Amino acid sequence: MARSFAEFGNALYTGEKSIDFIGRRKTWYAISIVLIILSIVGPMMRGGFTFGIEFTGGSQFQVHLADGQDRDPAIAEQAVAKVLPSSAPRVTLLGPTDVRVQTEALKEAENLDVTEALAQAYDVSDAEVTYSFIGPTWGQDITRQAFIALIVFIVFAAVVMMLYFRTWKMSLAAIVALLHDLIITAGIYGISGFEITPAAMIGFLTILGYSLYDTVVVFDKIRENTIPGELNERRTFGEAVNLGVNQTLVRSINTSIVALLPVGSILFIGAFVLGAGTLRDISLALFIGILVGAYSTIFIAAPTYAHLREGEPAIKRHDEKALRARGESVSEETASAKDVAAASE
Amino acid sequence: MASTPNVRRARRSLVFLLVLIVGLAGLITYGVFRSDATWTPKLALDLQGGTQILLAAEQTDGQAVGGEQLQQAVSIIRQRVDAAGVSEAEITTQGSQHISVSIPGKADEATLQRIEASAKLDFRPVLATGIGVDMSQLAATTATGEDGTQTDEEKAAAEQAKADKAAAEKIVFGDAEDLYPDPLPEGAGDDAWLTPALQAKYDAFTCDMEAELNGTNAPADRPLITCDDTGAAKFLLGPVELSGDVITDATAGMETTQTGATTGSWNVQIIMNKKGAETFGKISTRLYGAESPKDQFAFVLDGRVLSAPAMQGQILDGRPSISGSFTQESSQALADQLKFGALPIDFTVQSQEDISATLGTSQLGAGLLAGLIGLLLVVVYSLFQYRALGSLTIASLVIAGVLTYLLLTFFSWRQGYRLSLAGVAGIIVAVGFTADSFIVYFERIRDALRDGFTIESAVEHGWKKAFRTVLASDGVNFLAAVILFILAVGNVKGFAFTLGLTTLVDVAVVALFTHPMMTLLARTRFYQSGHSFSGLDPRKLGAVYRGRAQFREPVVASKGAGKKVARSQKEAERRQTIAERKAAESAGATAGKES
Repeated sequence: MARSFAEFGNALYTGEKSIDFIGRRKTWYAISIVLIILSIVGPMMRGGFTFGIEFTGGSQFQVHLADGQDRDPAIAEQAVAKVLPSSAPRVTLLGPTDVRVQTEALKEAENLDVTEALAQAYDVSDAEVTYSFIGPTWGQDITRQAFIALIVFIVFAAVVMMLYFRTWKMSLAAIVALLHDLIITAGIYGISGFEITPAAMIGFLTILGYSLYDTVVVFDKIRENTIPGELNERRTFGEAVNLGVNQTLVRSINTSIVALLPVGSILFIGAFVLGAGTLRDISLALFIGILVGAYSTIFIAAPTYAHLREGEPAIKRHDEKALRARGESVSEETASAKDVAAASE
Repeated sequence: MASTPNVRRARRSLVFLLVLIVGLAGLITYGVFRSDATWTPKLALDLQGGTQILLAAEQTDGQAVGGEQLQQAVSIIRQRVDAAGVSEAEITTQGSQHISVSIPGKADEATLQRIEASAKLDFRPVLATGIGVDMSQLAATTATGEDGTQTDEEKAAAEQAKADKAAAEKIVFGDAEDLYPDPLPEGAGDDAWLTPALQAKYDAFTCDMEAELNGTNAPADRPLITCDDTGAAKFLLGPVELSGDVITDATAGMETTQTGATTGSWNVQIIMNKKGAETFGKISTRLYGAESPKDQFAFVLDGRVLSAPAMQGQILDGRPSISGSFTQESSQALADQLKFGALPIDFTVQSQEDISATLGTSQLGAGLLAGLIGLLLVVVYSLFQYRALGSLTIASLVIAGVLTYLLLTFFSWRQGYRLSLAGVAGIIVAVGFTADSFIVYFERIRDALRDGFTIESAVEHGWKKAFRTVLASDGVNFLAAVILFILAVGNVKGFAFTLGLTTLVDVAVVALFTHPMMTLLARTRFYQSGHSFSGLDPRKLGAVYRGRAQFREPVVASKGAGKKVARSQKEAERRQTIAERKAAESAGATAGKES
């Protein structure tokens, strides 16, 4: 452990120590492409995503018991079987005190009967049994709304960033990183079999905001380093971008940790105290999304931006000049500027 | 210490923030004593317990409903829920075609059925009208006397009224066998519909029983006993003669005479399609000049009589107009009801959730606990990372918390906002996002110190750059929240609301509190001297090696592994001063240890 994180920051800021994010971009691209393929193929191999009852439709009962009361799932199964002989209920234990029972969509009267039967079976009052019913089209509705929200947001955010950074290339790089985050987060859900619920969807949509938030902060610094007047004569464009990423690295780590701490605490409380539910579902998606988002800003967004700009004639001229100023062979370096990672092998 | 413009500006910002907080708190205090405000934000049903129903509104033919129609659908649902006697129900639109109904406590089956029924506008002929309120009961209530004591006589009268009502209910709700004539009459306005049993049922009916009658599900080919909107008049109506979908438009306007001059009173003009015009022509021919109340024709929406005008002429062109003692508002309201009611709306339950009060409380408790733990972790981490500056983070978070709390309380008073579990999650997530902007700011100050600025100018310099970044990144976050809020259904809305609100609060706190405080702190000796616990120690930040005024460009970044690195490192070393090399060595060593 360094004497101080701030000192590590100093070294990164001055360039004394530098991690080559841009030069090795082929490596990061390869890693991300593999992750994306896994995210798409993985869930398919598992037989698709696991959708919550909200998407499939059904009835759900949650019995709240006193601490230490017997929570044998068989009690619930028998109680439901008495009311609905043909039903195969799914019984899960939630947190330390709750039992959740899911069945197919029931009629209003049946719902009341099951509620009563469960209350009797576990010897609690009716008020301790929470009940919810979800129609089969509800899931389609929110999925559609979520997709509309996703597209509207991406379009708006792309325009806003284009105006703010005054270059569409930063905007494009940020959106590429955003899509990368969404696909991988969804992939992790698909592969691990975490249930996708509306609350998880909220989490996904919030990742949009966070992923871009993180990218904007880093891009702001990169822009500062690469505006025509500021671009150092001895530095290639890619190196200037790399310096920007390094200079904001400490900040990236700090903000990611600070963002993860509260989300992690909701996740912990949500998963272990409450069991499955709104809090756990939102925070799980967020937790994964923040991690992936922090990764993608550094390893995908910044390299993609450098990649997009390096072909520009003005940038090429500058790069040649910078390399010549350093006394390095121009022909060798221009080749490597296009393909730094390969040349450095 | 002389006060510079920066310091004066900082003080002004702090005073402004104080005024804002005190003002909000004062407003809420005023609200608590003079109005129905509360000291805490109101809780949504998932934290308080109750039934939450999400309905999708759709036209009967499967077409989506439009914005105005959805509003109409909401008011229809509101009337239904009110009629069911549910108090404090909340009915709001969600997204473009959902209606959310929140009812405290458990909803009974009758209420649910009532809510689900489709809304339909029908025309029925009037067979009889009467006063909707039970006179004997009215007498009994007034007889209770002003002093609250009852004489024996009054008691007896009240008892009698009660018994009468019970008997009446028996007639109304009992199943009379020969309620309908046999065979059924041909015409909808036929007197033959008035069987003695139906007449008795109608006579016994009062409008306060209407809730039980379930007029929304009344069969179209049978007479209907119902009331008007206000419950003041009761009606016995014939079967449906014409359905509302023949109306193509309805507008409110000034009444005109035959010469075209306005009479100064409002009326509602209806335009019907061809089929409607034809049928309505026949009806008007039959009703015009008939004996009252049989010259009246009722417009029934959702089982209630909107209006029952008397026919004042033969109308063969399908353009009837309703006149009466209308104001502009009431004529407009009726026109809207007719226009939108003409399209029958189906409601389907999308999701329904009953939450027990104990579960809600335990969720709230867990949510708050999670928030507290999250906050504590952030506090510990920022103290570790930023030393004394961490306490500024904490103070800023506290201010942000106070502002958020006050705003939520204010919104729940003025706008009917209710805090849901997803909303709580939004607030907790915002703790991290809010702390992020401080980190961006502090890192910028450190950068400026590294570039050799004095602490005071580093604060100003860092702020200018950081504020831009904070605005841009919060802007993106706010955009996400707004889009989620507008488009989302279900509990997404609550999350988006708190996320958006806290983003705004974040900008306000950074600009009005954190930066001004930093400006003032930068003038204290503790920070001026660059104390090692200040979090802004220039020596630790590598600035001291360069001296104050000297600017050094960062060395060229190395480009990965291989020969090239060695070469460019040599190149960099050649350009370094001895002092710089020393610094690089020590920094490199420490960083090396870490990795």
